[in-house]
Amino acid sequence: MDELVQVTGFTLLMATISSVVMLPVGISIAWVLARREFVGRALLETLVSLPLVVPPVATGLLLLKLLGRRGPIGAFLAPLGIEIVFTWKGVVIAMVVMGLPLLIRTARAGFEQADRRYEEVAATLGARPWRVFWTINLPLARRSVLAGIVLGFSRAIGEFGATVMLAGALPGARTISVAIYRNAELGRDAAAMTFIAVSLTIGFVAVYFSNRLVRVQ
Amino acid sequence: MSNHVRVPIVIDVRIRQGRFTLDLHELIEARTVALFGPSGSGKTTTLEIVAGLRRPNDGTIRIGSDVLFDSQLGIDTPIYRRRVGYVPQDLSLFPHLNVRQNVLYGSLERQNPDQQITEILEIDGLLSRAVSGLSGGERQRVALARALMSNPAVLLLDEPLTALDPALRGRVLPYLERIRDDLEMPMVYVSHSADEVRKVADWVIMLDHGRGVRSGAPGEIFGIGA
Repeated sequence: MDELVQVTGFTLLMATISSVVMLPVGISIAWVLARREFVGRALLETLVSLPLVVPPVATGLLLLKLLGRRGPIGAFLAPLGIEIVFTWKGVVIAMVVMGLPLLIRTARAGFEQADRRYEEVAATLGARPWRVFWTINLPLARRSVLAGIVLGFSRAIGEFGATVMLAGALPGARTISVAIYRNAELGRDAAAMTFIAVSLTIGFVAVYFSNRLVRVQ
Repeated sequence: MSNHVRVPIVIDVRIRQGRFTLDLHELIEARTVALFGPSGSGKTTTLEIVAGLRRPNDGTIRIGSDVLFDSQLGIDTPIYRRRVGYVPQDLSLFPHLNVRQNVLYGSLERQNPDQQITEILEIDGLLSRAVSGLSGGERQRVALARALMSNPAVLLLDEPLTALDPALRGRVLPYLERIRDDLEMPMVYVSHSADEVRKVADWVIMLDHGRGVRSGAPGEIFGIGA
């Protein structure tokens, strides 16, 4: 029971932190892809979708190489006392990378659906681009953005491959997915099934509300 | 109408978009200019160029003393600094804001709409309503109020009465005349209705296939009785 509470609490906390990190990054990229023409747009589009098609374990291994102590980013962070690999920060980064594409795709659709004429009229009324974004773009796309956050959050909850590569399966930094794998590996089927039930419940609620949000829009 | 102060208006622009070319060369003094002509003649394109929504290949746009665009001087005033009260044909009232919020969108410093504007357009009773529940005529008046409340130097109206049925058109037209007469607001008015143009404008630019084919007072363009 202790393990169930600890792992579920840790997973929800990490997924929440990941969603907070994903939000500004995902919304910015979604808006840029929906509303701006620029050189490299197709490249950015492809890059942000890659985690959806590349095996999560491969994504995790790439992150490990980048963020490990000898990696290009990890080597820079280590002297500053920042350790990513095999810590909760690694869990967050894995969740962000895997959840971001879903947030971007859903939010982008919301930005694209809103009539550009509203932005143009707002600008003629004296609104600068930043105000147009906050008062027109974002409110009109709010349901898609919310649905994207829910999807990104649920993807973060279910993340396994990249998480296990980057953060390992150490006690205290174990997510629900990792706990299911560990318990199944050790033959503790009942414990694994309990975690599966928790995972299913969270996933069901998240997808249900996400679908409702998109449908209402 | 002839007593109104007239402002110098320069719309001297060229723009090529696919197979369509707009080539307009107008230097006039007027209060209310009507862009008149058949569909596809370039009326809306001209209005959008003045608003800053389309960038001409070259030319000059001046309203009064404001230079909105000058390709030779490298001036291209951003849309949000042009002070144009633009009312598009579809009105584009912000659907997530109520009438009051729509009307006040362009005047951040104000808590309440200008009394004169709400009285002229008779929208006082509409302020707390959602825009989705407004009738065609009410939507038109709210869009006009929103544009006027942004303290524009010029009002740009794209076929403001086209979407209305003839009876409603007759009821909304006086509001435009009151804006012109009571607020003395310069207007550029797109229309393909000679009747409307006669009532509202003191200068008409006739467009056809992207070119200004005639330009003059309504009486000169449409004959005696204008």
